[in-house]
Amino acid sequence: MSDPAVTPSVAPPAGEAPTFASRAWSLAGHALPWAIAIVYYFVAGYSLSIGTQIMIWILFALSLDLVLGYAGIVTLGHAAFFGVGAYAAGLFSIYFSPDPILGHLFAIVVAGLLGLISGALILHTTGVTFLMLTLATVSIIFEFGNQARWLTGGDDGLQGMQVGPIFGTFEFNIFGQTAYIYTLVVLFIWFLISWRLVKSPFGRSLDGIRQNPRRMRAIGTPVWWRLLAVYTISAAMAGSAGALLAHSTRFVGLSSLSLLTSGIVTVMLILGGTRRLYGAFIGAAIYYFVQDSTAKISPYFWEFIVGGMLIATVLFLEGGLMDLGRVGQRLMARIGSRKGAP
Amino acid sequence: MLSFALTILLDGISYGMVLFIISVGLTITMGLMRLVNLAHGSFAMIGGYVAGYLTQAGVDFYVALALAAIVPGILGGLSEVTVFRPLYRKGELAQVLLTIGIVFVVTASVTEIFGAFPYPVVFPDYLTKPIDIGFRTYPAYRLFLIGVGGLIAVALWWLIENSLYGARLRAAVDNPRMARTVGMNVNVLFTGTFVVGCALAGLGGAIGAGIMSLEPSYALKYVVLFLVVVIVGGEGSFKGSFVAAMALGIIDTVGKYFFSQAAPYLLYVTVFVLLLWRPQGLMPAKSVA
Amino acid sequence: MSEASAPALSVRGLNKSFGALIVAQDINVELAPGARVGLIGPNGAGKTTFVNLLTGFLRPDSGTILLEGTPIQDMKPEARVSRGLARTHQINTLLREDSARDNVAIAVAEREKYAWRMMRYTPQWRRCTAEADALLREMGIADVGDRQVRELPYGQQRLLEIAIALALKPRVLLLDEPAAGVPSTEAHRIHDVLGRLPADIAVLIIEHDMEVIFRFAKEIVVLLQGRVLTRGAPARIAEDPEVRAVYLGRTVV
Repeated sequence: MSDPAVTPSVAPPAGEAPTFASRAWSLAGHALPWAIAIVYYFVAGYSLSIGTQIMIWILFALSLDLVLGYAGIVTLGHAAFFGVGAYAAGLFSIYFSPDPILGHLFAIVVAGLLGLISGALILHTTGVTFLMLTLATVSIIFEFGNQARWLTGGDDGLQGMQVGPIFGTFEFNIFGQTAYIYTLVVLFIWFLISWRLVKSPFGRSLDGIRQNPRRMRAIGTPVWWRLLAVYTISAAMAGSAGALLAHSTRFVGLSSLSLLTSGIVTVMLILGGTRRLYGAFIGAAIYYFVQDSTAKISPYFWEFIVGGMLIATVLFLEGGLMDLGRVGQRLMARIGSRKGAP
Repeated sequence: MLSFALTILLDGISYGMVLFIISVGLTITMGLMRLVNLAHGSFAMIGGYVAGYLTQAGVDFYVALALAAIVPGILGGLSEVTVFRPLYRKGELAQVLLTIGIVFVVTASVTEIFGAFPYPVVFPDYLTKPIDIGFRTYPAYRLFLIGVGGLIAVALWWLIENSLYGARLRAAVDNPRMARTVGMNVNVLFTGTFVVGCALAGLGGAIGAGIMSLEPSYALKYVVLFLVVVIVGGEGSFKGSFVAAMALGIIDTVGKYFFSQAAPYLLYVTVFVLLLWRPQGLMPAKSVA
Repeated sequence: MSEASAPALSVRGLNKSFGALIVAQDINVELAPGARVGLIGPNGAGKTTFVNLLTGFLRPDSGTILLEGTPIQDMKPEARVSRGLARTHQINTLLREDSARDNVAIAVAEREKYAWRMMRYTPQWRRCTAEADALLREMGIADVGDRQVRELPYGQQRLLEIAIALALKPRVLLLDEPAAGVPSTEAHRIHDVLGRLPADIAVLIIEHDMEVIFRFAKEIVVLLQGRVLTRGAPARIAEDPEVRAVYLGRTVV
């Protein structure tokens, strides 16, 4: 079915074939975020870089949706891949070549490898043990980053990054136009990949694994391999977001590897809604909006609000804010059917 | 040489005692209610700030300690009934998320009220002086920690092994459904245990403020440590959490003395390897003891 | 030994203990192709443990398990499934958020080795759902194909559990108390299905309901405290004094 908000496996209520109207609506729904992104490019002026940062976090949250939302892998260590991708891109630009595309690919490979290795080591565990292992992993990497000043710059962050023009022609400048388009294109590509992935049989089996790993094993699913595959892909994706961060700001700090960063991206995803893909978009945007508007009141108010929103979301809104959309949808459907009923 | 080794041992044990006092509540609630509570450090932090505020205002030290236990205990009880109870059935992801939310809220509130800098607890004079313990002089404060920790450990041990409450607790950890069917009021048991756990955490946060300094990032910074004690010791295992806390305290102290560069690694790598080798923890509890 | 007479499942000397607790002691069981064997025994006799040992969720301490001649005791559970060993669970183990049809279709996809594909594949998925629909019709629950599992009554969920196992086209089927917990008004549908299972599949069924066992099984194996007490034709088992003693107080048909 074409509605992106419906999980792939539940069919619409019997007797409700997708009408032209509903297809048009869902197509519009799909196009909307991209339309907004394109329009923003033209109207944002000096705030363009904010848009770039939001898109970077959207990509990061999207990568988390694959493992957390779809596969049910509860991790608090995803910042490891984000930060490692950022540092990889940064270091590549300093020591090898300022070409951003090459650096980006390097970051993806490095982060993906880290995902593959760490996943292979820990994915046989579950529950709190697994959570602890992800915490330990990200903590080890963070401490390494902290100690290895010669490599990472430690507390001060990575200095001296050079970011060359993309394809030799599109220069990065302080207005951030190149960075914005670059980020938008990368986000779009990863979005398409994620879309295919979750709609594919592989994605469906991940959803089954999330619901009931025992059942999936009982039908012969090699659960561990599937989880490892999605974990690796997600790590590569998070690393890609990190590379975008490095290239757009020409700086990489330790915070990209921190537990707090893991927490923030998790909050974004949950606020927006898991297993919706677009939840990442909404969550990142809302988080930014909240942080920006509340930071003016007091530096710590945003943390308070975000914490409160998280609590409220868990207690009342299982599907995140995108659920408000579904509730609205169902309401519309009920109104529509009441009108059409004999 | 021996004196040096003993110093490290005492330092490690005193640190471990603080970790134990704070974490024992967490291990019991995780074993009992299967609740992943990342906000447990917040209760310790609240206890610490309460003690800090009162002692700075001149209130008697022991009264401040009592309140440092009581206030988080009450808050714990309230939050268990309102916020945590719906979580028992919602699964671990919901619990992780909600408790992170609580950490954010508490951290922000504390920063707003008390500021972002380390917040001291004023200890009585006789605790801040060193004491002669034979082979050297040693801070009375650390001996105090060991003493208090030991007392609490023994008291809890006695409670769990020999009292009716303890028997009920052990039964409910072993088999909650069975416990309900024999008429145990599991809700009261859960709430009561949660209150005690939070009170102990508050106490630990207060007395431990000399070595684990109180600042807004306390809750998030130390949550990993408390979880490590619980997971490595085995969820629900009182003995395990004691052993794990001691081990953690000593390893961390040894690390700081000898491998000051590698100290944080040492801890996390040890935890990582340990969990891979024994996913159930060192002394997994089928029963609380 | 020719292929035709080779047992579908052959268990020899299966042992498993947890410290002092012996849950399986020198168990020998053989299932010919098309067999209908009932496994009975009091609670705690080790029946479900036996199934877990067969499916690979438990590692035996010693013993061999041969599936159509191939040793499988060292294989992971997923590998055993692709070799033709399927089971149902005592407690429903279903994908509750998915539809009944999808639960079965996913099993078909796994069997056909489509499930790892990362690209969309609509025509093949349609084949999976078509096969799923056919199976649901067999079970008599085709009308709830679209409904989410968590909305289905318990009896239909039990039927779905069996449908999923059948979707795997097993050579050996292990049914763990298929009618357990099903209200008597719906239980007959399950009994129906049991009677109509494909003749070439070897079936081992664990049950407490003696009526079901005696209607369905051609051979009964009695388990007590992890070891095989006795085995034989239903009529003989019903008369056996040892078995009666074990079931003292229960009415045996």
